[in-house]
Amino acid sequence: MELQTTSTLLTWMIFTPIIGVGVILLYSAVSYLAGSKASDDFSRVIALVASAAPLVMGIKLWMDFDGATDQVQFVHHFVWIRSFNIEYFVGADGISVSMIILTVLISLIALVASMPWFGKVDDHHFSQKSPRGYLVLFLLLEAGMLGVFCALDFFLFYVFWEVMLLPMYFLIGIWGGPRKEYAAIKFFLYTLAGSVLMLLAMIAIYYNSQPTTLVDGTLVDHTFNLLKLQLENNFWTAAPVLGFRFAPLVWVMLFIGFAIKIPMFPFHTWLPDAHVEAPTPISVILAGVLLKMGTYGILRINFALLPEATKWAALGMAVFGVINIVYGAFVAMAQKDLKKLVAYSSISHMGFCLLGMAALTPQGISGAMFQMWSHGLVSPMLFLLVGVVYDRAHHRDIEGFGGLAQVVPEYTGITGLAFMASLGLPGLVGFVGEFTVFLGALQTFRVLTIISATGIIITAAYYLWTMQRMYLGKLNDKYSSLPDMFWRERFTLYPLAVMIIVFGFYPMPIFDLINTSLHQLVRSIIGA
Amino acid sequence: MEHAAVEAVRGIEGMTEVSYLWLIPVLPLIGAFINGVFGAHIQKRAGIRPIHTLAVGVMTVACLIAWASFFKLVTLPAEGRALYDHVFRMLHVGSLKANMAFYLDPLSMTMVLIITTIGTLIHVYSIGYMHGEKAYWRFFSYLNLFVFAMLLLVMGDNFVVMFFGWEGVGLCSYLLIGFWYDDVEKAKAGMKAFIVNRFGDFGFLAGLLLLFWGLGGVWALQGAWSGTEYTADGGQSTMVFRELANRTDLLQGKEVWGIGLITLVCILFFVGAAGKSAQIPLYIWLPDAMAGPTPVSALIHAATMVTAGVYMVARLNFLFALSPVAMTVVATVGALTALFAATIGLFQYDIKKVLAYSTVSQLGFMFLGVGVGAYWVGIFHLLTHACFKGALFLCSGSVIHGMGGEQDMRKMGGLGKLMPQTYRTYLLATAAIAGFPFFSGFFSKDEILWKAFDNGNTLIPGPVLWFIGAVAAACTSFYMFRSVYMTFSGENRADEETKHHIHESPVSMTGVLWALGIPSAGIGVIGLPHLWHLPNFFEHWLDPVMAGSHHLVKSAGYSHGVEWALMLTSVAIAFGGWYLARLFFKDARSPVPRQMLERFPKIHRVVFNKYYVDEFYAATVIAGSMRLMNILRAFDDLVVDGLVNLAGLLSRIASYISGAIDKYLVDGAVDLLAAVILRIGQYVRSLQTGRLQSYLYGALGGTLVFVALNYLLF
Repeated sequence: MELQTTSTLLTWMIFTPIIGVGVILLYSAVSYLAGSKASDDFSRVIALVASAAPLVMGIKLWMDFDGATDQVQFVHHFVWIRSFNIEYFVGADGISVSMIILTVLISLIALVASMPWFGKVDDHHFSQKSPRGYLVLFLLLEAGMLGVFCALDFFLFYVFWEVMLLPMYFLIGIWGGPRKEYAAIKFFLYTLAGSVLMLLAMIAIYYNSQPTTLVDGTLVDHTFNLLKLQLENNFWTAAPVLGFRFAPLVWVMLFIGFAIKIPMFPFHTWLPDAHVEAPTPISVILAGVLLKMGTYGILRINFALLPEATKWAALGMAVFGVINIVYGAFVAMAQKDLKKLVAYSSISHMGFCLLGMAALTPQGISGAMFQMWSHGLVSPMLFLLVGVVYDRAHHRDIEGFGGLAQVVPEYTGITGLAFMASLGLPGLVGFVGEFTVFLGALQTFRVLTIISATGIIITAAYYLWTMQRMYLGKLNDKYSSLPDMFWRERFTLYPLAVMIIVFGFYPMPIFDLINTSLHQLVRSIIGA
Repeated sequence: MEHAAVEAVRGIEGMTEVSYLWLIPVLPLIGAFINGVFGAHIQKRAGIRPIHTLAVGVMTVACLIAWASFFKLVTLPAEGRALYDHVFRMLHVGSLKANMAFYLDPLSMTMVLIITTIGTLIHVYSIGYMHGEKAYWRFFSYLNLFVFAMLLLVMGDNFVVMFFGWEGVGLCSYLLIGFWYDDVEKAKAGMKAFIVNRFGDFGFLAGLLLLFWGLGGVWALQGAWSGTEYTADGGQSTMVFRELANRTDLLQGKEVWGIGLITLVCILFFVGAAGKSAQIPLYIWLPDAMAGPTPVSALIHAATMVTAGVYMVARLNFLFALSPVAMTVVATVGALTALFAATIGLFQYDIKKVLAYSTVSQLGFMFLGVGVGAYWVGIFHLLTHACFKGALFLCSGSVIHGMGGEQDMRKMGGLGKLMPQTYRTYLLATAAIAGFPFFSGFFSKDEILWKAFDNGNTLIPGPVLWFIGAVAAACTSFYMFRSVYMTFSGENRADEETKHHIHESPVSMTGVLWALGIPSAGIGVIGLPHLWHLPNFFEHWLDPVMAGSHHLVKSAGYSHGVEWALMLTSVAIAFGGWYLARLFFKDARSPVPRQMLERFPKIHRVVFNKYYVDEFYAATVIAGSMRLMNILRAFDDLVVDGLVNLAGLLSRIASYISGAIDKYLVDGAVDLLAAVILRIGQYVRSLQTGRLQSYLYGALGGTLVFVALNYLLF
């Protein structure tokens, strides 16, 4: 069965930011030729439009999506590079749709946070430094991310994966903090190493695939089509490579490639460095969307293509998930730099995704996916809040504040909300993911789940301790005239805050998106 | 789908569906939201009146709806005495089906009435008490939010909603203990309460997970994935209390780590209860929680939140009753906590600390009650305690208010004349808590002690539990009257400045004192002992809820004569404690207390310092996690990241070496080749003489060599 084109919505979503890039470049070129200086503000408006349009399309996508079926919807499908059987194949099931919506949302929020408007910004703020280059790279990044979540052709997936890498490198390396080069290169090399593994695995899978047809009916020997690789192939029985069984080897290669992105212990040390050096909006994107590509990739490729190997590796995955949760929480507690603390808490929270997915139960996998969503709302908020205090005090040393609640009550209140959401307080979004993951994971791993549940105590401890050191107690006189929130910051934080509360009490809209697709995936793995 | 769920619920017999229960928790939530978000502006523009009008208004309406529901409930037949309100689907994943739904049976109805009624009274009291506070709006917002969370806790028809409330009240407790956050000690007390409670929540969560697992059809997944009978829908798992009550047979016989599943689940739930209700070993946060404003201590840390654990055990009576081990644990921990906290209470000088330890101790009594299977008595004591301890805390608040913030009883004395209303209500409540005959505490506490004595379920003999409880009761009577005499009798010991300002509190406060003081004396009539052959309304009222455990709770079969004897002992204990306290502390004249302190300084020091439990935790749990944290941080920096940087360094070295090879070997080889060619060229050039004959000779010689070689070789 060939899935024919039914909609070009996803293509429009992916390429609208690219159109924005084109317009900004064209505008710059024209003003250069005309001898006038290109207006940065005009470019910013273009970028905002090019990023807001995908959000509007994302809302339409959500409304039109049928959550009752696990079929791929919104397919756009044609042959791209015929000589290598590569197709342009985008489409969305519940797993993709939830991530696409998260991406467009977080991208727009991060872009708003990149504007110097509606609030005071000093001259060495990152938003003052060659803004057009920043915007172009940012929009490229958004297109790459959307592409990854839409692609259903392995090669196309890989292309978008790489497209995303370069803008990120420059965004950290040019607009970052004092050690930006170190952080950018570390990020780049780490991710590249993962990409190489993925590339090798992809080629291995391609050459082991069964003959099939392209979308136009041409008979071909091999395919990159992810759905066909999933449904028409069984790699468990493929011939060994260099003495290793094929499926486990390929599974591990892919897994390491994705685990670096999550990031999973012991491949996680690029993340704190990247976060600490990256400008606020880039941290937002990094935590909010980029990390989810790792877990998304595992679901989309490892789980779907190699179900037997997934069962084979589940216990290992769970063990690493638990290490992430507990280890990440303890290391977070030890941090002095607020941004580093939040980065390590990200590592801890992404561990829940690994644990939940490894459990291979309906609650486990839905919980993991929901955790991706909730972390995608909470961690951007935390990084934005770190940015607020950094823009004012120019440092992030937790011990260097004290009593801030007295001068910036609004900021303290919203920080408290974000902290509570992150430590998994029921009624806020973080709890739903954690609870569902625990519930699903315990059915498979008893001891591991109980160990990871101790994470809720440690997490509470480090957030409340931070709260107490920075915001409560006696006011540090140095900061007695700190201004409270600006409107730009409100624009970025309040939408997230509202969603954190709404989905905390009423998470069903998200679960209705993802449940069917995910449970079908689990069933196919368990049955394999 | 929404509709289908509601339809399915209607099918269950014995419930009446109504559509207004959600208003009870949501009204305080609205108050919390408006005051929390706009309160600062409102207070600046329009003063404090709109703030408390809103807060008290929503509470009053919620309270009226609660009472209306009560009257509706009473009209229903006993076997179907429950109201149900489905609001929305909350968490449906696989076999997990949790709705935002409220359920009022006699048990939760009792709790809702306590929360809304006492809650409203304390809101009114706070108007006077918090007058002049800068963050007046914040206080009422938090207080409303607390009531919302507490109502979720008791009204939820499943564990998920209950857990929402469970942690929600923890949050509000954190916020209100640290209400005056610019004092770092108060902020720390709030943090301590939250984190200690998280230990309890961990137990609650673990118990819940195991329970869900035990009920589920996915039990087959245990171990490997060999089982092919995997179903995405477990079928039997449930989070709903009343469904769980009918499915306990699914749990029986199952074991985890060699322990019976029911026992393990119950003990883990009890860990949660011990956190919230301040039992050994997690009680340490409650005395520190007195850092919060006094109305908060009365509402949260005496009347409602801290009783959540008792409520949970009573709610799960059908589960706890199945496990004698769990019952023994609950009853023993309860009895020991009652005694332990009461002994600490003997030596405290801070009036609020006395009441705090008293609360811990009284909660211990409640757990003793529910632990031995006397669920209705535990809840009965919860109700009477809510009245008299609420009254005591509010009286202490009135005293502190009148004394200008002073909490040390050594600086009080003689307030009986200056604050007569406060004195009288305090005395009423003290008589109740001490267990004077016909006061409310007498009926509830005496019944607990009798049930403990007479129980046939716990592994520890009932008389032992009774004895511990009786000693604790004696201590209670003593330290409560000690506080009465130290505070209200004799001469005032405050400095002149304070003395000058001492005044009785305004009517909005004393009115509330009477509103709680009178029931704390009289409310016992709803639960009169069977011994007297009088009707016991309260037991009868809760009967349907406890139906699931009736057949499991056994009596040891002691006679009426024993019961009479125990009752008289209780009375003697109450009067004995009073007599001793009067002897030692009336008018602060007796030298005995000081002599005792000098005689036994060590005992006093140990008890006064609360047996050094806080120090013990600091040296073990806290220091241990700090050390682990530092080790892991160092490991992360030095080993994990060190390896990454080492890899980076190694590849830089490798690239340097390959660069050197490139420069000296590869490039060198090329250079060498070039040099060789150059040198050869120079040689060859010397052959190039330009003379024709030498070329010809050369050509001839060459030809000859080739011809000769040809002959020689071929």
